[in-house]
Amino acid sequence: MADTPNTVTLTIDGQQVTVPKGTTLLKAAKQAGQAVPHYCYHEGLSSPAMCRLCLVEVEGAPKPMPSCVTQATNGQVVKTQSPLALDMRTGVLEFYALNHPLDCPICDMSGECFFQDYIHAEGRDHGRSVEPKRVFGRDDFGGDVLFYGDRCVMCTRCVRFMNEMEQDSRLTVVERGNRSVIDTFFDHGLEGTHWHGNIVDLCPVGALVSKDFLYKARAWDLAHTPSICPSCSQGCNIELHTRDNLVQRVKPRQNLEVNGWWMCDHGRLSYEWINHGHRLEAPLVRDGGAARATGWKDALVALLDRAGAAAGKGIRAVASPFASNEDLAAFAALVKELGGGSIVYRSARADAEVPLKGYPGLARRKDLSPNASGAELLGMTRVGGDDARGGLESVAKHDGIVLVLGDALLDQTADFGRNAALYAYFGARGGAATEAAHLVLPITTFAEQEGTFINFQGRVQRFWPALSGPGAARPAWFALGALVAQLTSTDVIRSAADAFARMAQQVPAFAGLTYDDLGTRGAVVSETAPLSGD
Amino acid sequence: MAYPYVSDREVRLLSRSFGDPKGRRLDTYVERGGYQALTEAFGMGPDAVIDEVKASGLRGRGGAGFPAGVKWSFMPKEPTRPHYLLCNADESEPGTFKDRELIRWDPHQLIEGVLIAAYAVRAKQAYIYCRGEFFETTQVLAKALEDAYAGGYVGKDILGSGVDIDITVHLGGGAYICGEETALMNSLEGRRGQPRVKPPFPAAVGAFGMPTTVNNVETLSAVPHIVVNGGAWYRQWGTEKSTGTKLFCVSGHVNKPGNYELPLGFPLMDLIEDVCGGMKNGKALKAVIPGGSSVPILTAAECKGVNLDYESVQAAGSMLGCASVIIMDEDTHIVKQVRRMVDFYAHESCGQCTPCREGTAWLAKVLRRIEDGMGAEEDLDTLLGMSRQMTGTTICVLSDSAAAPVVSSIQKFKDEYLALIRRGERAGVA
Repeated sequence: MADTPNTVTLTIDGQQVTVPKGTTLLKAAKQAGQAVPHYCYHEGLSSPAMCRLCLVEVEGAPKPMPSCVTQATNGQVVKTQSPLALDMRTGVLEFYALNHPLDCPICDMSGECFFQDYIHAEGRDHGRSVEPKRVFGRDDFGGDVLFYGDRCVMCTRCVRFMNEMEQDSRLTVVERGNRSVIDTFFDHGLEGTHWHGNIVDLCPVGALVSKDFLYKARAWDLAHTPSICPSCSQGCNIELHTRDNLVQRVKPRQNLEVNGWWMCDHGRLSYEWINHGHRLEAPLVRDGGAARATGWKDALVALLDRAGAAAGKGIRAVASPFASNEDLAAFAALVKELGGGSIVYRSARADAEVPLKGYPGLARRKDLSPNASGAELLGMTRVGGDDARGGLESVAKHDGIVLVLGDALLDQTADFGRNAALYAYFGARGGAATEAAHLVLPITTFAEQEGTFINFQGRVQRFWPALSGPGAARPAWFALGALVAQLTSTDVIRSAADAFARMAQQVPAFAGLTYDDLGTRGAVVSETAPLSGD
Repeated sequence: MAYPYVSDREVRLLSRSFGDPKGRRLDTYVERGGYQALTEAFGMGPDAVIDEVKASGLRGRGGAGFPAGVKWSFMPKEPTRPHYLLCNADESEPGTFKDRELIRWDPHQLIEGVLIAAYAVRAKQAYIYCRGEFFETTQVLAKALEDAYAGGYVGKDILGSGVDIDITVHLGGGAYICGEETALMNSLEGRRGQPRVKPPFPAAVGAFGMPTTVNNVETLSAVPHIVVNGGAWYRQWGTEKSTGTKLFCVSGHVNKPGNYELPLGFPLMDLIEDVCGGMKNGKALKAVIPGGSSVPILTAAECKGVNLDYESVQAAGSMLGCASVIIMDEDTHIVKQVRRMVDFYAHESCGQCTPCREGTAWLAKVLRRIEDGMGAEEDLDTLLGMSRQMTGTTICVLSDSAAAPVVSSIQKFKDEYLALIRRGERAGVA
């Protein structure tokens, strides 16, 4: 960056850096490749400069300066690794260690704890304190949060999150001096607030832990996969933390365009369905009698045979707003190749949005599915009520081809599709409404495949496979794509990226976009495209 | 009973009404020339008032000793937003009891000073923040303020001058830290009394986010005298850099502890021997804390030749602070004294900054252990080490204040520490 009136150039640990005016020393140091330890500072919150861990030496300043609030100025010489700076940090860490329990073996934060990290990096090799430790014990803060007072480093990130973001001052610091502790007011805990799970993420140590995750897994055993929250149309960027092919917890992933650093409690705790068993594991073919498991090839051949016989009677199809764009596009292509017909989808809607007041643009949206925008964009029509039930009367009794993708049909009876000449069901789980299906084909969930969702703003965002699908379950785009390839005598699509590229060729809204363009941050589809959700 | 805390060598300017129950009445105050300074100030205009106070060399009496006129001149000259004047009457420094007396005996002197200062910094609203424990004092002040409102000295169109200034008396919750100016603002606003990060400084972003000046009770009480008599007149007392008179709060082992108003630069030994009637029971002097509990201790030897002005005390290795002189005789148990002070700081730390929150409590625990005969020599290094890491590393100076007596006492009275440690070792407790 060249020097302009809007930038300043300073020296950090002997390295010259040029940063925009107003940049803090902590950020400038980051740019220079120096991670200055800190607790109370968080990019998304105000900076009280009270942990005193980010103190750095500034030449000419009488005292060490808190780098989180000190602005960079021209010609400043900053030392983050000088003997003075290291001495200050070692001192502050020792003060923290005075009362911090040595309960890492039973602490949920162990392995991803900033106290462990900092102490290992810059702490004293042994403590000098022989005094008894202060004991606060535990407290249930309500909602999903447990508080282990002894582990707290009093950074007050949680208090500031509740004050500044949720704007509901339920947490506060009570008492003063080393008796100060985070607490709730009387018996009013965090119950009824909708974003409090974020304070667990914010806690740099194991003081605030999730009840849901408590003692479930060690941090170092978890694999982290970037994904998109499927619980509403906001499309919060998340990470799925998995072990033993199960989602153990969900954490927000930073994306300033969508969710900042945050996600709502509903999204955070609505992952159990991904882990549920009772999955379809092999394609089932039913010829009058009982269903028979078979291979994918036989199943798809059987499907095409029946489709040929049923030609001319029209297609009625049901898709799901939980399916990826790639799945939906392949589904739409199949419907078109089999002669065309209507595709409907059902999506649950909440009565009201639940905004995070301190972060404009972030809310739990009314539309409780991740990809209704994709379904709309691909020409599908929403039917049914706000509870995602009903609206399928004409499909249920249709005597031509009935195709279902993803919708679990929980409100339908065993008579669904009984009159159909071909009833093919692509889904993750079977149910009463699949009893009449000629073909029941196992597909993977979003957590088991690569793909994209479009959020309410029209932002296309990628997610990655975190789990392996059960048995012979395959991504829907793969199976549907194979059928389309057979019908059109084109090449079989072999990757989600190809499926996306194929869709981009056919659907103008996606024109010009590729997986590489989307990266981990996503991109907005052509603005003229019709979108759903709000 | 006559007011006992008097001496011939005093210059009773601010303390002229001490001991006189009539002095706190509005009519007496006006009779004695009160509220003339106010009229005069309104005639001079705000900038001339600031210049006069600058000329007097009056320095802040709250402890830091920053020139009052200079502080006022930091305030914006053309107000675009409301300005506030805060009077810091949260007198909590151990050993200090001058503001309480100034308010109790002469509340109108303070009210007049507040009005003049508010006028100078272009504030239409002033707050007097009283220490939570000053219940009686605050009642006296509130009564005086009511009278002043009734007399037209405060409020809208003061004395027909067209100047509007309101004064509100606010009783704090009783926390030492609220004497720190930014913590005082937080407390006044209804938040936790925790110091704020500076910059921004109060003159830019202060109470309620507006430009604010904070002055001590004694500083403001001196202002009417300076406005009436002129800055040059005030300089007749004191030294070149430490001008005027100062209330010295003397406590400890002297025959006549009390509040004495003396010119700055007054010899410390004269204060002890003459003004305070010498050491109690004829004991020898051991140590003096010259400026309230947060400044380094001076040994008896160091006290010789020290004059009580900001520069001279600093040259002797301590600070004048708010001039709370604590006198200790030869029987004083220094380690216990230091431990008592550190206990106070550990109790009063707001808990914001880590070095202070954890450090003050740790200092107190280690000192207690040494006092109980369970210390070890390494503990002294630990104490010095943590004191170093508590100095200059926090938002306010409370942790520096807690560390200062520890460091100076270990430097100057190490023998006493070692004696306690050895006694413990001999008895087999350590």
